[in-house]
Amino acid sequence: MIESEGLSMSESKQLTCEKFGKMMSIIGAAIAVLGVILIVVKNSVKASGNLTGVWKEMYDLPWFIFLLGLGIIIFGALKWKRYLGDTTSMMDTSPKAAKAFLLNNGIILALVVMVIVIAVKEHRFIQGRVLVDILAQASPRMIIALGICFTLLIAGTDLSACRMVGLAAVISASMLQNPEYPNRFFPNLPQLPVFIPIVIAIIVCMLFGLLNGFLVAKFDMHPFIATLAVQVIIYGACSLYFDLPPNNSQPIGGIRKSFSQIGQYRFWQDALPAINGIPILIPIAIIFVVAIWFVLNKTVFGKNVYAIGGNREAAVVSGINVFKTILCIFILASALYGVGGVLEAARTAGATNNYGVGYELDAIAACVVGGVSLNGGVGKVSGIIIGVLIFTIIQYGLQFIGVSAMWQQVIKGIIIAIAVALDLSKYRRK
Amino acid sequence: MGEYVLEMNHISKFFPGVKALDGVTLKVRPGSVHALMGENGAGKSTLMKCLFGIYHEDEGEIILDGKKQSIDSSKMALDLGVSMIHQELHPISFRPVMENIWLGRFPMIAGIAVDHKKMYQMTKDLFKKIDLDINPAVLAGTLSASQLQLVEIAKAVSYDSKIIIMDEPTSSLTDNEVEHLFKIIAQLKSEGRSIIYISHKMEEILKISDEVTIMRDGTYVGTWSASELTTDLIINRMVGRDMTNRFPPKTYETSTETIMEVRNLTATDPRSFKDVTFDLHKGEILGLGGLVGAQRTELVEAIFGLRGIASGTITIHGKPYHAKNVADAKNNKIGLLTEERRATGIFGVLSITDNTIIASEKKFSSGGILDNKKRRNIAAEENKKLNTKTPTMETLIQNLSGGNQQKVLFARWLLTTPDILILDEPTRGIDVGAKYEIYTIMQSLAAEGKAIIMISSEMPELLGMSDRVMVMSDGHLAGILDKEQADQVEVMRLATAYL
Repeated sequence: MIESEGLSMSESKQLTCEKFGKMMSIIGAAIAVLGVILIVVKNSVKASGNLTGVWKEMYDLPWFIFLLGLGIIIFGALKWKRYLGDTTSMMDTSPKAAKAFLLNNGIILALVVMVIVIAVKEHRFIQGRVLVDILAQASPRMIIALGICFTLLIAGTDLSACRMVGLAAVISASMLQNPEYPNRFFPNLPQLPVFIPIVIAIIVCMLFGLLNGFLVAKFDMHPFIATLAVQVIIYGACSLYFDLPPNNSQPIGGIRKSFSQIGQYRFWQDALPAINGIPILIPIAIIFVVAIWFVLNKTVFGKNVYAIGGNREAAVVSGINVFKTILCIFILASALYGVGGVLEAARTAGATNNYGVGYELDAIAACVVGGVSLNGGVGKVSGIIIGVLIFTIIQYGLQFIGVSAMWQQVIKGIIIAIAVALDLSKYRRK
Repeated sequence: MGEYVLEMNHISKFFPGVKALDGVTLKVRPGSVHALMGENGAGKSTLMKCLFGIYHEDEGEIILDGKKQSIDSSKMALDLGVSMIHQELHPISFRPVMENIWLGRFPMIAGIAVDHKKMYQMTKDLFKKIDLDINPAVLAGTLSASQLQLVEIAKAVSYDSKIIIMDEPTSSLTDNEVEHLFKIIAQLKSEGRSIIYISHKMEEILKISDEVTIMRDGTYVGTWSASELTTDLIINRMVGRDMTNRFPPKTYETSTETIMEVRNLTATDPRSFKDVTFDLHKGEILGLGGLVGAQRTELVEAIFGLRGIASGTITIHGKPYHAKNVADAKNNKIGLLTEERRATGIFGVLSITDNTIIASEKKFSSGGILDNKKRRNIAAEENKKLNTKTPTMETLIQNLSGGNQQKVLFARWLLTTPDILILDEPTRGIDVGAKYEIYTIMQSLAAEGKAIIMISSEMPELLGMSDRVMVMSDGHLAGILDKEQADQVEVMRLATAYL
């Protein structure tokens, strides 16, 4: 009786998923067409030589509108295709569902609002090169956040991430200096193939990761304290290494071009002059994002990570090798920090033992803002991407509109608090 | 003050899918000991939690001292003169005894600083009043379980309450200490306070209580003066019920082929099970009965590799078996559905598919890489067989009802193709309809030749489902009954044999 009532109501008020997908596709197409028109008109205005006023202040907005349209088309078309011929699946358009949607996507909406505010304040923000810059800056953070997310997924944490970044930077940079540079770390070191120091740096990090994992898994130590101890050890060890004569704690410079290119190279600089090419960091980060997404979603190891985080006791009872899994988690995470450190050294063409300071907290914050639960078991790669982007955009955007570094900190903190409060209210019952 | 200091009238309490209390009435006279009895799961603790403000009743009324009250929190209950000694003790181990007692109501100096001197004296006086010899300043963690129990009793007394709820207060007390407790109770009674006393121990009940209220399956059976009752009468009223059509008809034959032999099994923990010997036959459901604390869960967890075994042997198919961990147990084709579905069973934040496959991921992967399509299809198929009701396979398991969660857990363990399936309270917190489905699943598994050990605290389930009933009492195996011998009184007699 109640069910039939509900059905008749939904027939009158709700629209089917199929229809919704169709609608979205059409709206997306309209937006894309608008973008194309604006691009054409703007180019003709530009060609006529009087690119002023609104047309100038628009910057790359037509392109962004076009891309947005494309995105909506893809979203709508996928939905359309999925529900093709299915007249029973309804979109829930009740106020309650709308509220849930806002709550679930609050953080994305916040990001959109932020971008709009910044763009209104400073029109130059609407440029392709700004977008590319932001993505490039986000890339090393992304890799570190992907590492730390594993430790968060098992309701742990990893405070040693920052020092591992520094360690990997110092080790890789110390072995990859130009032969003619006067202050070489190893004056007599032959010119190694670039990958050897990189691999050494990452392996050293993984060894410390093994130590982290061992302390946590073997002694059931809380990851907070285990990784804190290891963090201090790494910093000390890294400083000792950094202080070796003849370097004596001098910043490491004179980095070989073949190494620094790993962080600085830009693809298609000639083909895409408007954005000065695509920085190599972006495809590198994308490769790691895809790889980690694969590990988390498509492997037994990934499922075990979620299971241990979701309910450790149940994981034991299900016969999961918790010890082994935790070891692997910390080793894998450390490898990712190592990669992050190497990229930092290459990007900046240098290294000191203080590289990476604060990165672990940024990474944790980005993960949490992206919906990774500190209680373990919950978290998606897509969320982490958004979390990292939010932090990069805040930093970049606030700098762009001239907000002081001190205010940036205040705003960053507020965003963390609000994002997490929003996220938790999703799970709160009653 | 009227005839009763407390009246709980027609209290009902619903949990998702279950009616935990159904119109229960409890009336307590001032200055009396009122025993509350019933089997495990009869709803005694739930009723007391309603009174103590931990739960709020969905229907019914609570009248204290003639005034209707809506008790929303434990603090409010305490303010109204109701205190409770909990079944499970949760002392703050690293703080002194006195701080544990006065927590939340420390004596203060000028409202700023805690007055430790006064607190010490208050504790001393309190202990003296009930004749306890414990130093108030020692850390709570250094006390023995029975001392802690007595401290907990002292704490309840310190609230100066009109009503003190004692939930299994003697579970960790020695005989002398029990006598001590009874003296304290007599003293409290003489001061005009009322005690609500929950216990399984018949002799205790008959000895100290004035009135007895009996509950069964969340319903009210009746209230009698203790002088009218005998142990047998209590047991009959606790268990007596209509048992038709609650279980599917048995359609399989048990074999006498032994699949597992357990000989003189003794736990590493001296307080746990000792010297347990039994055989498990192919295609039978072996019921494992006993009261809370009989160490049944500990026994099966030891067989499953989760707990240490000090001595004794297990053989499976004639081969010696010793599980160091769960992987060993799984390799020997044993599965375990744990007692605490939430705590050790489900992964609440994961999907039905993930929850179903988690114990057999290796079968659905090659080189560590999962075949997600196969996982999804097999999980869906397995759950369909068990009639799990879920919107989609991606639904988080925490959003299912208890019965459907349990079916997913069955699917999880069936995918490991066990020969021996251990079920610890398989129908706890599950409504009647889903119970019947679980029973049907169990019978079809037995018909396939799987051996099932079923721990159950529900008497009808134990008697209705088991081919044989093994009863434990305080860590000992009290006896094994054939289906024909097993009845409620006999099981209850064995369950209390070593108490």
